[in-house]
Formats: sequence, structure tokens, C-alpha cells
Amino acid sequence: MHYFPLTNDERQEMLDTIGVENFGQILQAIPSKLKNPTLDIPPHLSEIEINRLLGDLAAKNLHCKNRSSFLGAGAYDHFSPSIVNEIISRNEFYTAYTPYQAEASQGTLQAIFEYQSLICELTGMDVSNGSHYDGATALAEAALLSLTKTQRSKILIARSIHPDYRRVVQTYVERPGHEIVEIPFLADGNLDNEFLKKHLTSDVASVIIASPNFLGLVEDLEGLAAEVHQNGSLFILVSNPLSHGFYKTPAELGADISCGEGQPLGIPMSYGGPWLGFFATKRELVRQIPGRLVGLTKDSQGKRAFCLTLQAREQHIRREKAASNICTNQALCALAACVYMAAMGKAGIRQVAELNIENAMYLRREIAKLKGFKVLTTGPIFNEFTVICPKPVSEINHKLLDQKIIGGYGLHKKYPELQNGMVICATETKTKEELDQFVQALKACAL
Amino acid sequence: MNFPKELRYTKTHEWAKQNADSVTVGISDYAQHEISDIVFIELPKVGQKATQGKAISVVESVKAAFDIYAPVSGTVKAINTTLESDPSIVNRDCYGNGWFFEITPDDAGEINSLLASDQYETFLKEAAH
Repeated sequence: MHYFPLTNDERQEMLDTIGVENFGQILQAIPSKLKNPTLDIPPHLSEIEINRLLGDLAAKNLHCKNRSSFLGAGAYDHFSPSIVNEIISRNEFYTAYTPYQAEASQGTLQAIFEYQSLICELTGMDVSNGSHYDGATALAEAALLSLTKTQRSKILIARSIHPDYRRVVQTYVERPGHEIVEIPFLADGNLDNEFLKKHLTSDVASVIIASPNFLGLVEDLEGLAAEVHQNGSLFILVSNPLSHGFYKTPAELGADISCGEGQPLGIPMSYGGPWLGFFATKRELVRQIPGRLVGLTKDSQGKRAFCLTLQAREQHIRREKAASNICTNQALCALAACVYMAAMGKAGIRQVAELNIENAMYLRREIAKLKGFKVLTTGPIFNEFTVICPKPVSEINHKLLDQKIIGGYGLHKKYPELQNGMVICATETKTKEELDQFVQALKACAL
Repeated sequence: MNFPKELRYTKTHEWAKQNADSVTVGISDYAQHEISDIVFIELPKVGQKATQGKAISVVESVKAAFDIYAPVSGTVKAINTTLESDPSIVNRDCYGNGWFFEITPDDAGEINSLLASDQYETFLKEAAH
């Protein structure tokens, strides 16, 4: 990106045009004691000193390149092929944003269109939007859509969905007249289907499930969609998109809306963001979808062209009656995910998914052998599972750090009913040596 | 422009037709002309309550969305589902096959409070100034 500051001559020309002698005159309205306050900051540093200072600060971070990390819980350490960074670093993409003079940005629109297409391939759904900022807000928008579409007042949402996602949904949905009912999970981590059946009443707009869920379990969703649909409600599935390289797609499971966090698709963890919310639906819901939709069409000369479409959903046309107030997408991250999916291809994504499952299952099997550790999630998993530890997780994780290992997520705060519960994650980045080392380290911590 | 004499009109450009025990509603020739190419129509549901002057339907062109207001209060009796597959009928035949919905009115006389054809034409001429 090129930046040219103003020259002194240009500044003078502007001042002359507006009839002002110097810049200070424009600031006359500000009391002089507020102008140019004394700032107690150290003197300036040279470039080499700055590099050293910031480098030392950054080196204090523990991350997956200098530690063996088994922490997931919504942020995943995956390998991103170098082509992803190569393409998104191009000037034309890196500084671009969601297009407003849309049709002038054909390259950007094409990138978003290809992203949408690949998300549909991966999830099996009919339509995908141009993306949301993250999985949590994508889910919140899905919940809102279900309330508007069905004109009902209640949503049933699984407790085994990421606690931060549930909190965001609550923020979006909570208002007089709306009700959020939490579906509990059973001792083995599976959804409490009996509870769900009992609460599937005529005021339910949607049933929201995560699979894999926060504990790592891939839920048995056979027949659930049919039941939900028979009640006139929508079935919303939140998922890790990479898991569909192996497990059934949201479309195969009968979901009306498929959404979740796209960070596993080639996007770095980056201390929490920017990430990517994907949002895809059945065709019938296309006019209620929030966010940007890129379409393929022909220009007046019959040449292929991309455009923003179905814009009457959006607030710059519909105003307060718009499907949502979102008027943007997460363009760069969507492009990263698009490049990742294209580079990996169907076979590559399948392979990555299998590697994740194999690593996690191996680790789970080995930890199950350890005295004092009990596996809670014995069912099918993707790259995470939950274990009840013999000691508090904070204690264990503290000890693990001494061995340069970042342990799993402690459930005690958000799931007090699962004290000493740890959600452990093993992605394709883990070698067998690392997995074995982790098992040995856990064993030592329990002593 | 054409404004059939047997119909009644609103200042928001809907027309209303008195049937034996219901009122059929659509949009006037002026409205369909202003909106131009209609790509989608969101119709009310059968059984839905209609309140005179309140928005009950939405018409979309590519670049804009327009609220359609109920000309009389009552209950929606029927909707024109052919508009779902071909909304452009409204541009071609706004008084015939381009009807939107039928209302069973709460007050059979309420339709008479609407504008007659010549009153509507006068209103349009004045609004144009």
C-alpha cells in the first residue's frame, strides 16, 4: 500500500484557499491549556531499538510454535499452506474491504463468490452468504432469522454449544417476548433428547445444536431434523467446517441453517481474531439470509460478471425491516478460507479430517489408560474430547507449562458441573512423539 | 395510465374491488409503473389480520423495496400464489391476474371511504407538482 503525505506547499495552498494564515488558527476554539499537553513518554527509539523492544515483548508469548499446544475450545492450531498467505497478501486483496461500489470490484466479488461456492460444497447447503465476522455472530444471526421466519418466540439451544456463542446469542435474541431454553447434555456428553422432545412446543422457532459439540463429541442427530421440522421449527447446526471432511454434512443431517467458525480453514488463531463466520442455508431461506450475497450474471455485452444480489434484504434498501443490520463481510478471511479449500481440495480436506480424528482418538485411548483420568466423551469425536482429571485443571496446566506444554481447556468456570474436566485438542499438527510426550506429562502431573 | 372506474383507490396506490363478501386488493397502474420490474412479492398469510393503513405486503424490485398497505381492515381470505413464481404479472396486468390478496372486511362499508377513480387521478396530478 502506498501512502503519500501532504507537502508543505500543498498545506499552504489549502490554508490560502480557506483564508487561514496558519494551522494553529483553526484550533483557536480549543482552550490553550488543553493544547499540546505534556506527555510523560520516554524519548524516541531508533528502529533497531524498537525491533529489540517489541521482539522481547512478543517473545513472552507462549504459542503453538514454541509450545506443544493441546488447547482448542474454539481456536484451533492447523497447518495453513503457504499459498494462502501468498494470495491474501496481494495488494489488491489485502486492503480491500466489503465492496460498496460493488460492481467495480470484480476481483473481490469473484473471490467472495468462489468462497460462497466452496462453503456450499463443504456443507452441502444450497446457499452461502459472503461471511460474518465470526462463528458466534453467525449463530446469533441464524437464531434471529428463525424467530423472524417462523414468527415464533422461543429458541431451544444446546448447553453443549460453546459458552461464548450462547452468550452472544443471548445478547442478540434477548428482548421482551423472546425466550431462550437451554437443552442439557447427559453424563456422556450427548444431547438430552428426552428434554428436547418434551420442550418442542408450537412456540419454538428453532432448535440449535453443535456437532462436534464443545466437549468434542459428534452427536447422533439421526431423525432429529425430521422431528424439528414436524414441529414447524428450524434446525440450526453449528459446526467445525473441517469436520465435514469426514462426518456427515449439515445438509445430510437435514439442517436448515449451517453456521460456525471458519478459523480452522487456513486462518491463524491470531490471539482471537480476525476470524470467520460461515452461514449457509437451504434454498427456501435465501430471501431471509443476512449479509452480503454475491451473484454471477452477464453484463450488457454478454460477458460474465459478478454482482451483489438480493440486496433488497439489506438495510441500505430495507432499513429497519432488513433481514439484519450487517452490511459487511469478513472479506480477507473469507478469501483465506477460499484459498485453503481450493488448495486442499476435496481429497485434501478429507485427509486433514482423518488425521485430526486419528490423532485425537489415539490420544484419548492412551489417556484412558492413565490412573486417575476418566474419559467423559467415549463416542465419536473429531479433534477434541473431554477428560475428568484427578486434580484441578489449573494445577495440571501449570505443571505442564514447565514442560513446555499448553494443556487443554478447564471446564470448571463455564461448566461447574464438570469440575476437573479438561477439553483436550489434537490436530494434524501433532506428531506421535508429541502425543506420547503429552500422555507422559499428564501421568507425571497426576502424581 | 389506466384507473378502472369500478375500483376504489388509496393515496398509497393500492386498488380495492368490492366483491359479494370480500375485497380484492392490488396495486395501481401508477404504482407498478413507478416500481418498474418487480422481482419478488412478499404476500401475507391466509388468516392474517389486516388493519387499514398498516403495511401488509412488500414488493421488491432489484434496487428497492416498497410496503403495500391494507386499504381496509379485516382478515386475509386468499392470496394470489401465482405471484410467487412470476411477480412480473403485476407489471403486465395489475388489475386482473396481478391481484395480491382478498380480505374479508370487518366493516363492509369501509371501502367507500377510499378514493374513486377520478379522485385518485386528481390526487396523482396534484402530487406531481
